[in-house]
Amino acid sequence: MGPGLDLFAAVAPEGAWTVGEVTRRARAVVEAGLAPLWVRGEISGFKAWQSGHWYFTLRDKSAQIRCVMFQKDNRRLPAGPRDGMQVFVFARPTVWEEKGEFRLTVLDLLSTEAGGLWQLAFEKAKKALARDGLLDPARKRPLPPYPRRIAVVTSPDGAALRDIIAVTARRWPIAELLVIPTRVQGEGAEVEICAALALLCRLEGLDVAIIGRGGGSREDLWTFNHERVARAVAALPIPVVSAVGHETDVTLCDLVADLRAPTPSAAAEAATPDRGDVATELAHLGARLARGLAARSGRIAERLDRTLDRMAAAMERRLERDRHAVGAAGGRLDALSPLKILERGYALARDAEGQVLKRVAQLTPGLAFRLRVTDGEVAARVGKS
Amino acid sequence: MPAPRDDASFARQLERLEEIVRRLEGQELDLDDALKLFEEGVERLRQARDRLAAAEAKVKQVLTDQAGNLKVEDFDG
Repeated sequence: MGPGLDLFAAVAPEGAWTVGEVTRRARAVVEAGLAPLWVRGEISGFKAWQSGHWYFTLRDKSAQIRCVMFQKDNRRLPAGPRDGMQVFVFARPTVWEEKGEFRLTVLDLLSTEAGGLWQLAFEKAKKALARDGLLDPARKRPLPPYPRRIAVVTSPDGAALRDIIAVTARRWPIAELLVIPTRVQGEGAEVEICAALALLCRLEGLDVAIIGRGGGSREDLWTFNHERVARAVAALPIPVVSAVGHETDVTLCDLVADLRAPTPSAAAEAATPDRGDVATELAHLGARLARGLAARSGRIAERLDRTLDRMAAAMERRLERDRHAVGAAGGRLDALSPLKILERGYALARDAEGQVLKRVAQLTPGLAFRLRVTDGEVAARVGKS
Repeated sequence: MPAPRDDASFARQLERLEEIVRRLEGQELDLDDALKLFEEGVERLRQARDRLAAAEAKVKQVLTDQAGNLKVEDFDG
C-alpha cells in the first residue's frame, strides 16, 4: 500500500492487495471518518486480561461491536463492568488489523446504573474482605485508654491533620503524634497509603493509629475503598481509628478499622482520654488511697483492741482456773490434815512435851497425858491396872 | 528511631495505682505493708499529676531517607 498504490491496478487479479494492505487502508478510512464519540449499549463477554486490558462486546438489539479498553485508560476506574450492564463509552472507532475486526478503542466508560462501577467495585472488594474474615466484629480491638504514641496517616497539609493535632493537644497533650505523610487522593494514592502503613509497622512503641482525610467527592475518597488499602489497614499490629470524609461516607477502610469515626476530629477524640477527666479520676484514686489507709489503720487499731481484750479475758479465765485449782488443792490438803481424822472420831494422845503416844509401853500406869479430840484437848491419866 | 518509650507509661502508672488502692481497701495487710503501699501510691499519684500538668503535645513526622531508613523530625504543619 502507500502513496504508490494504484487503485486501477487492483481491479485485476494481478494487482491484488495484500490482507495487510486492505486492513490498514480500512483502518485509515474508519479513523479519518469517525472522530472519537460516545456510544451507548449493553456489556457482554467482559474479560479483563492479565495485561490489565479489558475486552468486551457492546451491543443493542440490532448490532454489536467489539471493544477494548487499555490498562492506561481503565486504571482510573474502580472496577470492570458486569455483563448486562448498560453503559456509555467514549471511544475511538478503529479496525483491528490482525483480526480484520471493526472495533472501538474505549477511552472512558460510565455506568448508567445507580452507583455504577463504583458501587460494583465496592461490593466486590467488600465481599472479598468478608470472605477473609476481615469484617468480623470480633476482630475489633479496644483502643488503649491512655495512649502515649499515636500514629497519624493522612495528608500533611489537609484540614484533617490540623483537626487531629488540635483535638489531641487540647484533650491529651501527653501523647506524641507521629505523622506519616501521604497523598490521600489522585492516581497512585492507594500505593502511597500502603507504603505509609508499611512505614507505620516499622515504628516502635505505637499505641494507636488514626487514618483518614477530610470530606471530598466519591472519586477523592475512593483511595480508601481500594481493597489493597483495606487489607493493609486490617493488618496493622495496633488498634486503628478510621475517619474518611464525612459521616455519610463509609469506606472499606472504615469497615476494617477497629473503630470508625465520623470525622478526623472525632477520631482524635476517640483515640484520647480527656485530661480533665483523667485528673478527676486521679483525685478519686487519691481519696480512695487515703480512705484505704485510714480504714486499714483503723482496722489495725481495732484488731489491737480486740487482741488486748482477748488477752485480758484469757488472763481472767486463767486466774479463775487457778483459783479453782487452789480451792481443790486446799480440799485435798484438808483431807490430809490430822484434824480431819479427829473429826471422824479418832483422838490424839500426847505427853506433856507434846510427844505423840502411839504405843502401850509409852502409856505407863498413872501417866498423865493430854488427849486431843476434834473440838479441843482434855487432861487424861492412865488408870492403875 | 524515636525516643524510647517511658518505662512507666501513664497507663501502667494508673494500673499500679488502682492495684494499690484495691489492696489497701482489701483485708489482708499489716500496718507496715499498708503504709509502704500508701507511700508508693502517693508518689505515683504525684508523678501522674505532674505529667498531666506539664504535658505539651509533641507532633513529629516520620519519613524515610533514600536508603529507606526511618527519620523522625519535628513537624511544623
